[in-house]
Amino acid sequence: MPAEVAMKSVLAGVPPEPGAPKPDPILVTDGVTRSFGGLQAVNVDHLELQRGAITALIGPNGAGKTTFFNVLTGFDRADGGKWTFEGHQMAGMPAYQVARRGMVRTFQLTKALARLTVLENLLLGATAQRGEGMFAALVRPLWGAQEKAIQERADELLERFKLDHLRDKFAGTLSGGQRKLLELARALMVRPTMLMLDEPMAGVNPALAQSLLHHITDLRDEGLTVCFVEHDMDMVMGTSDWVVCLAEGEIIAEGLPQSCGTNPAVVDAYLGRAHGTPPAEELPS
Amino acid sequence: MDFASILTTALNGAIGPVAAAYALAAIGLNVHFGYTGLLNFGQVGFMLVGAYGVAISVSVFGLPLWVGMLVGVLSAVVLALLLGLPTLRLRSDYLAIATIAAGEILRLFYRSSFAEPVTGGVFGLQRFANDFYDLNPIPPGRYELGPIILSSRDLWVTLFGWGLVLLATLLVYLLIHSPWGRVIRSIREDEFAALSLGKNVYAYKLQSLVLGGVIGSFGGMVLVFNTQSASPDSFDPVVTFFLYTLLVLGGAGRVFGPLLGSVLFWFIVVSLDSTLRQAIGAGYIPSDVLSASEAGAVRFALVGLGLLLLMVYRPQGILGRKEEMVLDAR
Repeated sequence: MPAEVAMKSVLAGVPPEPGAPKPDPILVTDGVTRSFGGLQAVNVDHLELQRGAITALIGPNGAGKTTFFNVLTGFDRADGGKWTFEGHQMAGMPAYQVARRGMVRTFQLTKALARLTVLENLLLGATAQRGEGMFAALVRPLWGAQEKAIQERADELLERFKLDHLRDKFAGTLSGGQRKLLELARALMVRPTMLMLDEPMAGVNPALAQSLLHHITDLRDEGLTVCFVEHDMDMVMGTSDWVVCLAEGEIIAEGLPQSCGTNPAVVDAYLGRAHGTPPAEELPS
Repeated sequence: MDFASILTTALNGAIGPVAAAYALAAIGLNVHFGYTGLLNFGQVGFMLVGAYGVAISVSVFGLPLWVGMLVGVLSAVVLALLLGLPTLRLRSDYLAIATIAAGEILRLFYRSSFAEPVTGGVFGLQRFANDFYDLNPIPPGRYELGPIILSSRDLWVTLFGWGLVLLATLLVYLLIHSPWGRVIRSIREDEFAALSLGKNVYAYKLQSLVLGGVIGSFGGMVLVFNTQSASPDSFDPVVTFFLYTLLVLGGAGRVFGPLLGSVLFWFIVVSLDSTLRQAIGAGYIPSDVLSASEAGAVRFALVGLGLLLLMVYRPQGILGRKEEMVLDAR
């Protein structure tokens, strides 16, 4: 049975309601809050993300998706709450340690390291490099062999993402779409167990979007857990195994992708509710 | 006007110990600014603590020269930590603010009257480098390098200064072409990307600040060894901006940029100075328009103009690559 079908059948038994427990959660959050002044940007009570699944985080602009992302990956500080990743407490952990634990993120506005070559961008991603110590750096024999092994792995990834012909070009010369691929390849150099992708499709042309989609589903099939924030509904419907919808910082709905387009709470959040009409759940279906 | 003498003076300036001292300080600044993207506007402060570390240890406490040099290096490490620990977690502007203030505070502190028993106040400290000249292995005499004539003493301090420059250049070359250097350069490009790949950006920025500061402190030492005198006013904030000028001239983020930049910078400054003085002396410039005592200020105004033109027409400097400059996405 292909991984996609397998994952869908695993998640089919999960009740489609906010905070639903998953059979094998990799990330579990409890009471995560973040406010900016008087604005409560994130107020997520309980959320579990299934290991090995692609979970899409959707919601209208300003719903707090990216803030939630930043908090989970250590790029922003939560005001309160706890979350565990693979059983480890993660609250308050600095971003670089979160990445070393295996939760690696990408950015909405791609961060290609412009004046490093494409290859160097990838080499940077490898963790526990002996040559990254200031004194060891001076003695090449200490890290030369490791560097070579890392380079081999980087070349494999470049080939996989069809960036091998750009290997020695500055990353700043790449097109927007190529940068997205580069960022994904670079994140994989960290050997993550979970990828957090912040709007991977933003500003990518349709052809490249297809290839990115395939890469992401392939990674899931290889056992990686993926969570992404996305506005592109085609991508959400086409790739994700589970959808979580945020609005005004709170989870308003969860469920299989096909069910979420018809979920009245989601429709309300995106399109708004006519003034004076009762909330969606009170309407006759 | 005597063009031969202008040329000789300018060459003297270009290869002299002062140019070596500035090259060293600029190599440190290159580590900060050129490779890590740290805006350090107080490099002169690192030179000052290096210079006074030696001067005070030797002339006030009577310690041997090498201990004094060690004190100078340790002072630079302490200064880097004091500046870096509170500011390097913040946006890059804060380091700039802290360093520009620290450089000036240090100068005012060392020249203040209450510090005079130790620092010599405005008069500074003299004759602390005798040990250094006692080590001179070059037999006394006159040494001719083309048109330049050097005494054995001059040759010794010049060789010492440029020797240190070459060592520092080699050190930076090795570091930059290592995984450590890759992390440092990635922080210059985008520190959040480096963070997302598991790099402890804060620790790397601190290491870079300490390393560049220590190299800068050697620049301060060479400067005061040359004159056997450490006075606070030779560590004016403007020195930092000369360092930036020569770094941009040579090419920031290039290993040999500071070395070439310093040689060219001093060649240009000294030749401007002696050309102006000779032109005034010969009456080409009437002395009521510009007097000889004002020529010094004019040459630095011209340096400012030069920096301006450089930034507009060749921001990558002499050794820099244009295509890299275009990629500066920030």
